Amino acid sequence: KWRVRVLSGATSSPSTQPHHYTLHTKLVRMFSRAASTLVRRVSLVGTRSYSDGPMAFTFASQNQVFYNGADVRQVDVPSFSGSFGILPKHVPSLAVLKPGVLTVLEADGAAKKYFVSSGIVTINEDSSVQILAEEAAGVEELDLGAARDILSKAHSEANAATSEEAKAEALIKVEVAEELVKAAESG
Amino acid sequence: SEAVNPSLLVSCQTVVYSAEMFRRATILVPYNGQQQVRSMATLKAIAMRLKSVKNIQKITQSMKMVSAAKYARADRELKPARPYGAGTTAFYEKAEVKGEEEKPNKLIVACTSDRGLCGAIHSNICKHIKAELAQDASKAAIICIGDKSRAQLSRLYAKNIIAQVGEVGRKPSTFEDAARIATLILNLGYDFGSGTLVYNRFRTVVSYDTKELPFYSATAIANAEKISLYDSLDADVIQSYMEYSLASLIFYVLKEGACSEQSSRMTAMDSASKNAGEMIDKLTLTYNRTRQAVITGELIEIISGAAAV
Repeated sequence: KWRVRVLSGATSSPSTQPHHYTLHTKLVRMFSRAASTLVRRVSLVGTRSYSDGPMAFTFASQNQVFYNGADVRQVDVPSFSGSFGILPKHVPSLAVLKPGVLTVLEADGAAKKYFVSSGIVTINEDSSVQILAEEAAGVEELDLGAARDILSKAHSEANAATSEEAKAEALIKVEVAEELVKAAESG
Repeated sequence: SEAVNPSLLVSCQTVVYSAEMFRRATILVPYNGQQQVRSMATLKAIAMRLKSVKNIQKITQSMKMVSAAKYARADRELKPARPYGAGTTAFYEKAEVKGEEEKPNKLIVACTSDRGLCGAIHSNICKHIKAELAQDASKAAIICIGDKSRAQLSRLYAKNIIAQVGEVGRKPSTFEDAARIATLILNLGYDFGSGTLVYNRFRTVVSYDTKELPFYSATAIANAEKISLYDSLDADVIQSYMEYSLASLIFYVLKEGACSEQSSRMTAMDSASKNAGEMIDKLTLTYNRTRQAVITGELIEIISGAAAV
């Protein structure tokens, strides 16, 4: 069974530079902001293709390429500015991935789900989409027991954390682990 | 008794007249136009040299095998890393991000490793950087990844080197390493207008190119030509985006560099083994000739001594 490696930022040694800390507290703040607003969820039932252009979709993690310039119909991404679906000819945008499940609706109608830990999304003018994830895996590969272990460990770390920085890192671990358990349960 | 070599007989005849000469310890015989000292000591010297060259050939052959295995792994890990690098640079190209013209400060990151014996890998990168800094080195800062670049650049540009990353090359690099390097670069607080990563791009097993990849600061991205086309951007998103894309560019550059280095080391060790083989052949011939000359000398002494009686 596949064991998940938590965000690199969260596992660095205690001598992490302060800049890491500010990035992550910003992300934690953004997360809480997004959670308080209404999150747009694109429903997969009855997907309509408003535009029929090709979408050059690239989705890769550090050690695996899932799609490279492939033509897919729709991609749903979890991001810090809200979850949204990307169709061909989407307005150009940049987004930062939130830990969660990314759904790819392929040209033949098959829907594939992947768990992503973090990363970036780029939608360009020419309808090409690049999603670079730090860690990604198909939800079928996730082990629910291992995910729950990680969650409980993350909780205990968050409780035991002393400095602000360590607490922020531990909270990020908790967030990723919670999403991981949710993804493992659904997969 | 044994059949005597006819040439030996001839030399004995000529030598009987000059028996005096051979009572000296050393024998000077012109050989291929060079004066060489022939004696028992020379034979041992050649034997020692032969043994050490054979050992070196064994070592270089095993180094070639090891780097062939590491190259295979590096090549396998490079395949998914390439879309990573391409995906990051695609945005910079499509949004036409340019370095800030008001800030002439350049940040140059030299991507090498700690280990040598890999041909011209490290010196190519250092030559590239030196050529760039030849006119004006005052507004450039260098970050050295790997000890080799630091050693070569610190002779001329020691003042420009602001940071150094060690322990590179022993184990294959991960995204964590790249993220730590990116954090280091951003935390140094060097206010740069434009940045470049200098690395070796792997082409084939026998060839690689020394190339540059640009990276930008958050303000440069915010001031890009086509950034207005991009929807729902705020400072937080641009900052996070810039940090992550820097880490992924460094990851890509590290992977390309590792692959080029291992393939170059493989070819270097292969040619070293071949050269060592040639030296062994030549030395073996010299050794045999010396051995035969020593035996001939001994026989001459014995025979001339017997003839004198």
